[in-house]
Amino acid sequence: MSNQPMGNQTNIWPLWEVFVRSSRGLSHVHAGSLHAPDAEMALRNARDLYTRRNEGVSIWVVPSEAITASDPDAKGSFFESPQGKDYRHATYYTKSEGVKHL
Amino acid sequence: MAAAPLQPVAAEASEEDRAGQAAFDRIIADDSRIEPTDWMPEAYRKTLTRQISQHAHSEIIGMQPEANWITRAPSLKRKSILMAKVQDEAGHGLYLYSAAETLGTPRDVLNQQLLDGKAKYSSIFNYPARSWADMGAIGWLVDGAAIANQVPLCRASYGPYGRAMVRICKEESFHQRQGFEILLELSHGTPEQKKMAQDAVNRFYAPALMMFGPPDDDSPNSKQSMAWNIKRFSNDELRQRFVGMIAEQVKVLGLTLPDPELRFDEETGKWIHMELDWQEFKDVIAGRGPCNAQRLERRREAHANGAWVREAARAYAQKAGQRKMQKAGAA
Ligand SMILES: [Fe+2]
Ligand SMILES: [Fe+2]
Repeated sequence: MSNQPMGNQTNIWPLWEVFVRSSRGLSHVHAGSLHAPDAEMALRNARDLYTRRNEGVSIWVVPSEAITASDPDAKGSFFESPQGKDYRHATYYTKSEGVKHL
Repeated sequence: MAAAPLQPVAAEASEEDRAGQAAFDRIIADDSRIEPTDWMPEAYRKTLTRQISQHAHSEIIGMQPEANWITRAPSLKRKSILMAKVQDEAGHGLYLYSAAETLGTPRDVLNQQLLDGKAKYSSIFNYPARSWADMGAIGWLVDGAAIANQVPLCRASYGPYGRAMVRICKEESFHQRQGFEILLELSHGTPEQKKMAQDAVNRFYAPALMMFGPPDDDSPNSKQSMAWNIKRFSNDELRQRFVGMIAEQVKVLGLTLPDPELRFDEETGKWIHMELDWQEFKDVIAGRGPCNAQRLERRREAHANGAWVREAARAYAQKAGQRKMQKAGAA
């Protein structure tokens, strides 16, 4: 089995994305990816690979193919709507400058 | 007329490439990062796949000289430290394979290139580790040179590579320090121990300096890598900087560097070191180093010996999956 020719797709464990919560109160953050035959072993591998120095208190693993991503080429139109809407930021409102607790 | 429909398709494709190239150039000019789904020039993808996978192979092969000493470590403390370091190197290899995979080549393919002897890895790991003091010299000089090389790579233009390097650099500093400590203890030990430490430094000095790659005037790919913001400093620049650091550190060790020409040049503000044997470097890279065959053989053996683990894991996952489905069906 081990000396099978390269590129034998059936012989490749699926890819998982690993998210680690570094401490209570924080979100899980993407740490990297790894290969594992199932979710349980992906979790164990993720623990060994990404938390050797107490980097986490909780781990999520997600099959990479289950992630839907926005199209990078559609950057312009997809993220267009906030453009020109400065009034969504507190810094837009300058007349109230100097007023306390506002 | 028959050829007509082909025309717009071809034009459209090159249009897309043109737009992609423009976006890519803009991102590089802004010193921002390229991410896996972005358009990128084929040569950029190829260069990175080669560089990152070679880097990953180096981490994996690099486990061997030190792993050989785990059973012979002089104390339980040193044994635990060495095991943790070797385990880190395995981790570094995996971070880097993950980064390489985002460029489109599966890990199994990269691994097979290594097993087939078609891939390169850092020449330093083809030198033998003869004594316990070598564990010190490897940590101090080899991991030290790796750090000097890798810190600028944290800002490499390819996002996944830079992020893997950040993680790796954080872990490397312990590697260098534990090596330094081994040498420090030996150099303050018996005369024989001090001699052993000096001998290890003597053997690893030149090969460690060669880790930065050939001199600038013989490094044809460097220019393009720097234009792409993959590489930030030239080989010679990084090498002289590293020499300057270890020239100071070696004094703390009470040892010397085997380099009669070593000096700081006030005029250029740079460190001058001896001429290195670049023919030796080329020979080792080409597979004619002292341990090339042994390292590859060991890697193949380890991969073959792990086959049953991979098969068992797959079978277990399959069975557990089936049981889960049956349970769900019965409920
Ligand atoms: Fe490493
Ligand atoms: Fe290291």
